[in-house]
Amino acid sequence: MAGKESVIVHGMWASPYSKRVELAFKVKGIPYEYVEEDFKNKTPELLKYNPVHKKIPVLVHNGKPIAESLVILEYIEEVWKDCPQLLPNDPYEKAQVRFWVDFINQKFTDIMMTIIKTKGEVQEKALSQVHELIKVLDEGIKIFFPDGNPTFEVKNLGLLDIIASTVFCSFSATEEVIGAKIIDPEKTPLLYSWVKALGEHPLVMEIIIPHEKLVSILGPWRQSFINPPPSQS
Amino acid sequence: MAWSLSRSELHRLFRLQLYVHIYSRNKKMSRSKTNMEEVKVIGFWASPYVYRVTWALNLKGVKYEYQEEDIFNKSGLLLQYNPVHKKVPVFVHGGKLIAESSVILEYIEETWPQNPLLPTDPHARAMARFWTKFRDDKKPDLYGFFKRAGEEQIQAAKEAQECLKILEEHGLQEKKFFDGDKIGMTDLSMGWLAFWFEAMEEAAGVQVLEANSFPRLHAWIRNFKEVPVVKENHPDQTRLLAYFKWLREMYTKPATT
Repeated sequence: MAGKESVIVHGMWASPYSKRVELAFKVKGIPYEYVEEDFKNKTPELLKYNPVHKKIPVLVHNGKPIAESLVILEYIEEVWKDCPQLLPNDPYEKAQVRFWVDFINQKFTDIMMTIIKTKGEVQEKALSQVHELIKVLDEGIKIFFPDGNPTFEVKNLGLLDIIASTVFCSFSATEEVIGAKIIDPEKTPLLYSWVKALGEHPLVMEIIIPHEKLVSILGPWRQSFINPPPSQS
Repeated sequence: MAWSLSRSELHRLFRLQLYVHIYSRNKKMSRSKTNMEEVKVIGFWASPYVYRVTWALNLKGVKYEYQEEDIFNKSGLLLQYNPVHKKVPVFVHGGKLIAESSVILEYIEETWPQNPLLPTDPHARAMARFWTKFRDDKKPDLYGFFKRAGEEQIQAAKEAQECLKILEEHGLQEKKFFDGDKIGMTDLSMGWLAFWFEAMEEAAGVQVLEANSFPRLHAWIRNFKEVPVVKENHPDQTRLLAYFKWLREMYTKPATT
């Protein structure tokens, strides 16, 4: 192909959705340019490239924009083929990965927001709902780990690993801030050990917010909801 | 009765029968080619998500067995086939189970590549997936008017119209179909607009998708309904209207103390 390829990711440092796109490019070894977006002051490019949602992440590949993180990941997999694959070749195995990617993507965002922003009965109800989801997921991922214990010494990260890292690796910080377990090593040992192994993978460590930093952000953020400052009259 | 089984014993027996059935079917199928193995769709007659799957199979000329499931009275079979979401459609191919319509459609596309539902160009494929996701993610905004009454319904109708405007101006644009000159995956995902939406509007007593405000979407609906696989296979409008009237009553019933 003549000319240099242009790969630009519009993202935001705290967004797990833009982290997914960055992680996918790192797994595939594809260099990309990164543009940090400020939610309160979005660049004209972002508004032009994602007029429908006006959100990140947006991938701009040779001037053509793609929005929605999962759509972007499927695109990355289809375009860059001569590098580590994110999906298995077999259509049924692919369907199983996509099913659980969809489950993780759909089910946890809103409930985790409720858990961080509330206390008392409301929070307890949300916690019990998320524990149910965690149990279902722990059971569901057994098909991917027939031997039980996930290890990632030399294995490439796949699509499910990418989604799981960007959703679950922040849970330990949330657990510390709220003072309760979400992924319990005794109740859901497989999921716990998988998330722990993901958090220790060198590529994941390049993109996730370090635990202490996340705790220092989540703590005051949580307080702003459960103990809002008195309004000035 | 001389003997009877407890509920849990019945469940265990049923599960055992199901596993034996799937195992023996898998053994029988192991010698045949993948794309000639038995295909089954478990669905509900009023679900637009089920129609996405059956339309896709019909477009590709894939024969399948259809099994109706009453989603208001879920059978043990559905709870076994889709224990995670307990929803239809569930797709069965040679004993392998797949749930979630978007996942099923991608599987169908890869397993039976004839009459493709997705274009070959990766960017165009991404656009098709983007619009399917838009429709699915915006469901609360699109359906909200159906569940509400009075002032809340007026506001919800406006929210639905905002989404529909985006679909018309950014999604469909000047094209005959969302996927170009022929229908594709996006059009199948928008199929709910062709039959279900008008029944919901009528049941809820409100017009949301006005012809003057949405000329392109109205043209798309007319064109979509003329596509042979759609013309031959769609929910009965009278039955659908009765169904939505019944649902609407449930949603808007005042709470009893």
